[in-house]
Amino acid sequence: MRKMLFVLPLLVFAGVLFAQSGGVTSEENSGSFVQSLTAEDARNDAGGGIDLTWTVAADAALPDSMVLERSCDGEDWAPVCTLAPIDGRKTDGELENGLEYSYRIVPWSGGTAGEPSVLAAAVPIKQWINSGRVGMLIILTIISLVIFYYIEQGKRGKDLYIRRIAGLTAVEDAVGRATEMGRPVLYIPGIMDMDDIQTIASMVILGRVAMKTAEYGSPLLVPTCRSVVMSVAQEIVKESYLQVGRPDAYQRESINYITDDQFGYAAGVDGIMVRQKPAAIFMLGTFYAESLILAETGRSVGAIQIAGTAMPSQIPFFIAACDYTLIGEELFAASAYLSKEPKLLGSLRGQDAAKLFFMVVIVIGVLTATLGEAWAPAAKVAEFLKTITSVE
Amino acid sequence: MILQFFVPATQSMGESLQEWYMIVASFAIFLGSVNLLYVHTHRIRFKGRNWKYSPVTIIGFAAMIITGLVFGIEQGKPFDYMFTQMMVPMGATMFSLLAFFVASAAFRAFRASNWRATLLLISAFVVMLGRVPIGAMIWGRIPLISEWIMQVPNLAGQRAVMIGAAMGMVATSLRMIFGIERSYLGGAD
Amino acid sequence: MSTFIEKLGNIDRRVIFVVMALAVIIPLAVRLSLPIPIDEGPSKDMYDAVDALPPGSTVLLSFDYDPSTMPELQPMAIALVQQLMTKDIKIVSLALWPMGVSLGNEALSYVSDSLGREEYVDWVNLGYKTGGGVLIVRMGSDIKSVFPEDYNGVPVDDIPVMDQINILGDFDMIISLSAGDPGIPAWVMMAGDRYDISIGGGCTAVSAPQFYPYLGTGQMVGLLGGLKGAADYETMVRIGVDDPPAGTATPGMAAQSVAHLVIMLFIVLGNISYLANKKRKGGVK
Repeated sequence: MRKMLFVLPLLVFAGVLFAQSGGVTSEENSGSFVQSLTAEDARNDAGGGIDLTWTVAADAALPDSMVLERSCDGEDWAPVCTLAPIDGRKTDGELENGLEYSYRIVPWSGGTAGEPSVLAAAVPIKQWINSGRVGMLIILTIISLVIFYYIEQGKRGKDLYIRRIAGLTAVEDAVGRATEMGRPVLYIPGIMDMDDIQTIASMVILGRVAMKTAEYGSPLLVPTCRSVVMSVAQEIVKESYLQVGRPDAYQRESINYITDDQFGYAAGVDGIMVRQKPAAIFMLGTFYAESLILAETGRSVGAIQIAGTAMPSQIPFFIAACDYTLIGEELFAASAYLSKEPKLLGSLRGQDAAKLFFMVVIVIGVLTATLGEAWAPAAKVAEFLKTITSVE
Repeated sequence: MILQFFVPATQSMGESLQEWYMIVASFAIFLGSVNLLYVHTHRIRFKGRNWKYSPVTIIGFAAMIITGLVFGIEQGKPFDYMFTQMMVPMGATMFSLLAFFVASAAFRAFRASNWRATLLLISAFVVMLGRVPIGAMIWGRIPLISEWIMQVPNLAGQRAVMIGAAMGMVATSLRMIFGIERSYLGGAD
Repeated sequence: MSTFIEKLGNIDRRVIFVVMALAVIIPLAVRLSLPIPIDEGPSKDMYDAVDALPPGSTVLLSFDYDPSTMPELQPMAIALVQQLMTKDIKIVSLALWPMGVSLGNEALSYVSDSLGREEYVDWVNLGYKTGGGVLIVRMGSDIKSVFPEDYNGVPVDDIPVMDQINILGDFDMIISLSAGDPGIPAWVMMAGDRYDISIGGGCTAVSAPQFYPYLGTGQMVGLLGGLKGAADYETMVRIGVDDPPAGTATPGMAAQSVAHLVIMLFIVLGNISYLANKKRKGGVK
């Protein structure tokens, strides 16, 4: 019986979807210039909107204009706007939810009002679920549940395998190299702000790298392109140094803001590389065209370079110019890889499982879309998959 | 914001949050400016490493701010003049460095060490020729083959990286929303 | 001989830089000109999509780039504005990047003056606002609250071009000229997918491959990629026009052609050295 409890939320969900309809009226009239007028509650909005659609007679004399009128009681009519004398649609907004509004269109010619169209009425209501995005909600829920399932597996101590990622394994070696050579470590967290997920992932790795530099006693330089990123980086590095027991070694000035300008930042960082000659350079985050400028300059000063980004257009440049490159999701796997924390490893496993789910959906979609050219049931399956994976 | 995407009734709440975001993002520029001035004045004061570059930075910063605030930023004003005659050429210069770096990186990295690298090399040659008029002059089909490479293998690879990265972003975001990942906040795990 | 072949694989990068510089400067200096063939592709799709708009349509043009990418994007901006204004399509422009405002103003003013178009009647520049994707979503429900005034401080309610424009859905097309983020992906996701509006774009050559998935799914109607895309568009816009204005992308294609050939030459030299060394080491056991 308890297993059947999941039906309850489904019934509520279906009920909410069904109850979201605000009523539709549609009439036709062959006498007026306006042949038909339809009013319905605007779909998937926060309320207060009614969608109007009208058609006009194709062979009748064109009026000068048409006026859309609205009434709450069917007697007092107020003009809403002027319309061109062609078929059209419009959304009337800022209405009161739950109140029925009636509409009509009045054609005007030579200053005289013609025969108004039939009336159409609707009630605006707010929708609680966007019906065009239900498929995406279901998919997101499935993905989240899979990820949480594997996180639970990780918490329970299940052994979760993660393949070797060369770039992340080389982090300690890179910092060690810098210590031996007596040169600083340069960490570049990308050029985007903290609202970018790659920057957040980069900050996570910065924390780990900062712990290593604190342990080894290497100077750490973190030039940033955004002021908020600078503040976050300062806090992360300070905390890392505290955790390792080296708060005295933390230097706030070594984490500084350069400029928001993309190539101004690249010029500034290039200057740091050429003057300070870091032995290890980490470039992790979002990069654009400046990626190759930074990577080539870093190579010219003889530094070992570990780069990582999820920007598809910049990955080839990093691969060509850097010693190690984290491609796409390897950047997001870094926190789990470096910490080896079971919860994080579990989420990584869940992410892979979700990807497998998408791969299966893609293969089924491609096969059914191809077969659908000759076999109708396959076309229906393909159409269904397209509907649930589309977003309105 | 996630709620607003799926629940239209929460749109006004989402719009308020968006306005707050825009306000906070605008203020962030002050934070950066203050830090910039602090770092460089500190460097000048204590004759830090490479301190001689710092006055240049501060003078440039001050010049743009003062001229912009005093004379305005319309066309023909000093701010606009400095922007078009200094910023624009300098930005274009930095971007143009890419041409040289692409040449040196390509020379160093493109080696036919195995069949995959050879395939990559041939594709690179075809696309490089297809993207310029000379390709069509050499053989009329080169632009078509180049376009096919862009629209089929390249598109497949781009989609794969995009989907993989998107999955990584979803998982990372879920970890952060539910507090499983907190290290980016600067606190202990 | 073997030393020479070894040296081929270790050419000093400064030599490469000098040769590249000459490969770009000489064609520009001698004004080398090459014919630009127009083939089916994203550039042609973009041109056809704009050409299909009826006169009187309104297009939103977003200048999402800065001076560093101006050499690639400004020529396509000018060519696009030329086509739009020639077809009597109204332009509402804005920028998601701070420096895009003045670059956009430059392109719009230049073409508007040459074609005798009037600001506020045929085009308007709303200016820059911070926010990126968040801004686009806000504009989806109310543009005038996001941009109450234009770039020059004129209230938007007093601007004739903005008479029928209240939300993003009122535009017939949105075109983003973008050099990064925020840019084309933000417009596609926040405007194209949410409000079902045609999205076209122009971008730097290095970013173009990553937008092909959007072209493949129909989320974008066309794409101008780099200087080649700009040159294609300049050529298409000039067809049938008496005394067309000179563009800057077309002359650049000759220089780019020579530069590509030089890069290919260096790659070939590097591989000759590599393969010769590999053979030599394979022979000496």
